[in-house]
Amino acid sequence: MMRSLLRTGAQWLFVLLLLASRSVGILHAQSPSDATFVATLGELRDASFEDKDKIVDRLAESGHPNVRTALTAFSEDRLYYRNSDQKVFFVKTAAGEETTTLDLIDPVTLKGAGPASVDDVTKIGTNNHLRRVLQTTLARFGLSSADASIRLDAVHSIEQNLDEGNVKLLRDRAAVETNSKVKNEILTGLALVDLDGSDTQARLAAIATLRRSIRQDVLNKLEGVEGDDAVGQAATAAAKSISRRRTFYSDIETLFFGLSLGSVLVLIAIGLAITFGVMGVINMAHGELMMLGAYTTYVVQTLMPNHNETSIIVAIPAAFLVAALTGIAIERSVIRFLYGRPLETLLATFGVSLILQQLVRSFFTALNRSVITPNWMSGTLQVNDALAITYNRLYIVIFTLIVFTGLLLILKRTRVGLQIRAVSQNRAMAKAMGIRSEWVDAMTFGLGSGIAGVAGVALSQLTNVNPSLGQSYIIDSFMVVVFGGVGNLWGSMVGGMSMGVVNELLEPYAGAVLAKIFVLIALILFIQRRPRGLFPPTGRASEN
Amino acid sequence: MSERRNTLTLDKLTVSFDGFKALNELTLQVEPGELRCIIGPNGAGKTTMMDVITGKTRPDSGSASFGSGVDLLSMSEPEIAQAGIGRKFQKPTVFERLTVFENLELALAGDKSFLRTLFARRTASQDKRIYEVLEIIGLVPQHQILAGTLAHGQKQWLEIGMLMMQEPALMLVDEPVAGMTPQEIERTAALLLSLAGEHSVVVVEHDMDFVRSIAKRVTVLHEGHVIAEGDMDQVQKDPRVIEVYLGA
Amino acid sequence: MPQYTLWISARKDSGTAWFLGALGLIVVGVPLLNQVVPASSPFHISAYGLTLVGKYLCYALLAVSVDLIWGYCGILSLGQAAFFSLGGYAMGMYLMREIGPRGVYGDPVLPDFMVFLNYKSLPWFWHGFNHFGFAFLMMALAPGLLAFAFGWFAFRSRVTGVYLSIITQALTYALMLAFFRNDMGFGGNNGFTDFKDILGFDLHSDRVRVVLLVITGITLGASYLVCRMIVSSRAGRVIRAIRDAESRTRFLGYRVESYKLWIFVFSAVLAGIAGALYVPQIGIINPSEFSPINSIEVVIWVAVGGRGTLYGAAAGALLVNYAKTYFTSTIPEAWNYALGALFVLVTLFLPRGIVGIVTGRVRKPRTVQPSPKPADIPEPSSK
Repeated sequence: MMRSLLRTGAQWLFVLLLLASRSVGILHAQSPSDATFVATLGELRDASFEDKDKIVDRLAESGHPNVRTALTAFSEDRLYYRNSDQKVFFVKTAAGEETTTLDLIDPVTLKGAGPASVDDVTKIGTNNHLRRVLQTTLARFGLSSADASIRLDAVHSIEQNLDEGNVKLLRDRAAVETNSKVKNEILTGLALVDLDGSDTQARLAAIATLRRSIRQDVLNKLEGVEGDDAVGQAATAAAKSISRRRTFYSDIETLFFGLSLGSVLVLIAIGLAITFGVMGVINMAHGELMMLGAYTTYVVQTLMPNHNETSIIVAIPAAFLVAALTGIAIERSVIRFLYGRPLETLLATFGVSLILQQLVRSFFTALNRSVITPNWMSGTLQVNDALAITYNRLYIVIFTLIVFTGLLLILKRTRVGLQIRAVSQNRAMAKAMGIRSEWVDAMTFGLGSGIAGVAGVALSQLTNVNPSLGQSYIIDSFMVVVFGGVGNLWGSMVGGMSMGVVNELLEPYAGAVLAKIFVLIALILFIQRRPRGLFPPTGRASEN
Repeated sequence: MSERRNTLTLDKLTVSFDGFKALNELTLQVEPGELRCIIGPNGAGKTTMMDVITGKTRPDSGSASFGSGVDLLSMSEPEIAQAGIGRKFQKPTVFERLTVFENLELALAGDKSFLRTLFARRTASQDKRIYEVLEIIGLVPQHQILAGTLAHGQKQWLEIGMLMMQEPALMLVDEPVAGMTPQEIERTAALLLSLAGEHSVVVVEHDMDFVRSIAKRVTVLHEGHVIAEGDMDQVQKDPRVIEVYLGA
Repeated sequence: MPQYTLWISARKDSGTAWFLGALGLIVVGVPLLNQVVPASSPFHISAYGLTLVGKYLCYALLAVSVDLIWGYCGILSLGQAAFFSLGGYAMGMYLMREIGPRGVYGDPVLPDFMVFLNYKSLPWFWHGFNHFGFAFLMMALAPGLLAFAFGWFAFRSRVTGVYLSIITQALTYALMLAFFRNDMGFGGNNGFTDFKDILGFDLHSDRVRVVLLVITGITLGASYLVCRMIVSSRAGRVIRAIRDAESRTRFLGYRVESYKLWIFVFSAVLAGIAGALYVPQIGIINPSEFSPINSIEVVIWVAVGGRGTLYGAAAGALLVNYAKTYFTSTIPEAWNYALGALFVLVTLFLPRGIVGIVTGRVRKPRTVQPSPKPADIPEPSSK
């Protein structure tokens, strides 16, 4: 019994001692390595750039938890030492021209250490080479980050500098990497290295890996492989495959650009299609209504200076209203006296467009005004190396589809829409049934004009706003209406989109101006074969 | 103008507008010099038939010829007019901003090319002809006023006059007596009767008395199809005609 | 039988008499006021004044050409300035070649802008323009051929009314874009300028200006008379019939497309000649002459003057351009308002233009019920 007690006691003591030594070990591990860390940082103060290189390596090897932060700060010019006691600190934000005080951060605790005047501290400088080394070193840290996107960035960084050490890093990482996207990037990087080797089998294997990539640099490398041997042929075939796929994605990008260009045309044209098709009115001031919408966006943004993200949302109904009211004013004062005389309407509304342009010029001057794109609309979606979709254009395409659908619904499902269609098909009957046709005319014109205003909001995101904005697009929008068929919303949609795409397709071959000329001529010839457009109005009534 | 005595042959003409069949395998024939009346309810296809003959509308299927070798369906409107087919429209379409005289002058038979008309001077015989027609249509005092200021009946007569000036082999007359007084109707009947023989005349009308007074042969159209043909008595007794048109 | 033959020719045409009279006054009077009347007198017309009057006369000819197709045939072409500019460029090319070695760069063959843009040799289409005869031919042929090609396609497919107007706008817009390009060989956005002489005569001398003005005036008069002859002939009546009831005219046996094409081409040639006379007097031609607004302005000159009269168009051109010169030198911003208002007021209240006022016919606007399918929608040729 005594023996078992002793044994238990001994075991417990042993465990206690073990625990104590461990914690002592941990305690011991902290302070000495902190001191080393701080000391190493201190060495950076007076070191030459060559030595700084080596010091950075040592820091990286040290395994101190703050090394990453330190190196990041160093690479971002945020590593300073205090003149008075030579202690090294990080600063919160890098100093600019005007900075007078800096917020110091303790390198060990990472807590704030109070402010300091710029004159009391000295920056520990870097040069380009050092920055590169820092970048690669940080990338190596990044490789083991928990966040896959950080790992991906790290791989890209490392690829800029594929020395033996980094290659080994990549190979090691490849074995344990779980994220497929990151793994592919690693394997591609490794394959690029292997391609430069001498082992034919390895090179062929590398080519097989590289073949699956879509990157331009990979393509360049493969195309650079000379020789007619197995390796050379494999490289050529792989290059061709990549080229094909890149062209495919590039075509999609062109298509997307064409659609975004087309959707602007569609937005402008559907307003015109309503007034022209439903009412038989040619409105040469349509472009100016759009211009008013664009200026409304500018004004709204100016009135809401701190709300760039939401000002554009507010601008949409505002622009609609401004343009719609202006349109109704035009209809009531000029157009309603000229129904049945389309050529006169054309001329009179042209006069209105001149007046509107001059009014805007007087108020806002002829200078370009730029409208700021909100953050949620900026930036690019990089689908892959060959396909980049800008958000603003994407939103415009979506916006166009929404507006188009909304308009269709209004015309087909609401009472107002029904009245509009009734009046356009048989005015006398509509009146006999109690529809106030004059009111409907004004509303229809207002609707078409409002859509033009909304088109102006979209346009303000793509280009500068100036009084002649309407003139640049009016001819294109008429062409869309003529091409798509009068009075037909679907015609305008199809017509506008296809004209945008065709214009975009031609541009790389012919240049922007020639592409436009070609589209115009093609349209003139098209009208010859189908004088009433893609979707002509049918039926006996339409032949009168 | 030389005699162009031809038979108008329409064979299984079909015309659809948006699913509605305006003409449904319409078949008929008009002999040279005949005076034929076409009757039928509204929407029977009478005007559409004329549209096809004169080239305004192209049929979906079927054929139309004027004599042998003149395929109307492959010709343009001016070509058809030059081939000897003239038309007076349902709604009087005269040139409102030209004078009565000028309207008739434009309808003069002859070379209608630009250069010809640019340097054309009217001959004495052409003047005589215009005068004759002016007398027949009773518009001699009005020869220098703008056609747009004429009364409705006078416009109808002017258009008939223009038709006569064209000297066509086949005259298509669409509702010639709409809006006319009884005396005018009588005169119109006499005129049309006098024109037949030298010309083939096809008249579309609703006024049954008028039709009876001029018709030798009557064709009844219904829903784009010929349902009866014969002289006035035969047609009036036809049960189908009574059912759809003349009433019980 | 009454003498019907006398009816038509005896129709009084006082408008023509007034027009030719006024033209004669200008053609004789203005040179006198420049050459004979001393510079100190308030009646003296300076070289600038000569240029201005010459310009107005060219515009009058352009307006007459537009009235011919619009007022009489109902073709609202919003691209006539394209033909004007083509004629102008043809003359410009001749004048550029005439500069020869006297240009800034001194090249005997290549005009300055070509040297500046590093051209190695003269583009093929410039050959021949050192001969006046050839250039003279091209001034009429270039616009004529374009009008023929365009009209052939457009009229044959029976495009009319607003559709046609829009397409003519597109045509002149496309030409403007093309001529703005530096590599077209037409001087790019600078166009042609710095002319020295024409047929050996110094363009900057007053006497040559006077001669050019007189030639312009005579051309205007002669063209007017030819147009008057056309519209008074039976062809002219056919053309007016086409304007008022196109399909009826077809059913009478007239080839409407052919008539339209003849008139359209002739009008384009007149416009080209007007442009060719304009360039040596103004001293410059550039691609902004092709801009769509220029063509629309011509239409308003005709509308203001009174369309369908020929002399009205000339008068309108003179009046509106004089107003423009006056306004843009005193209150430039007001001109755009004035021009815009002119468009609106003339279409609403003055369908017959100034001529209408003079002959006492002004209309009150009244609300007309809109027809949803305008009469100008092209005829279907449903196959």
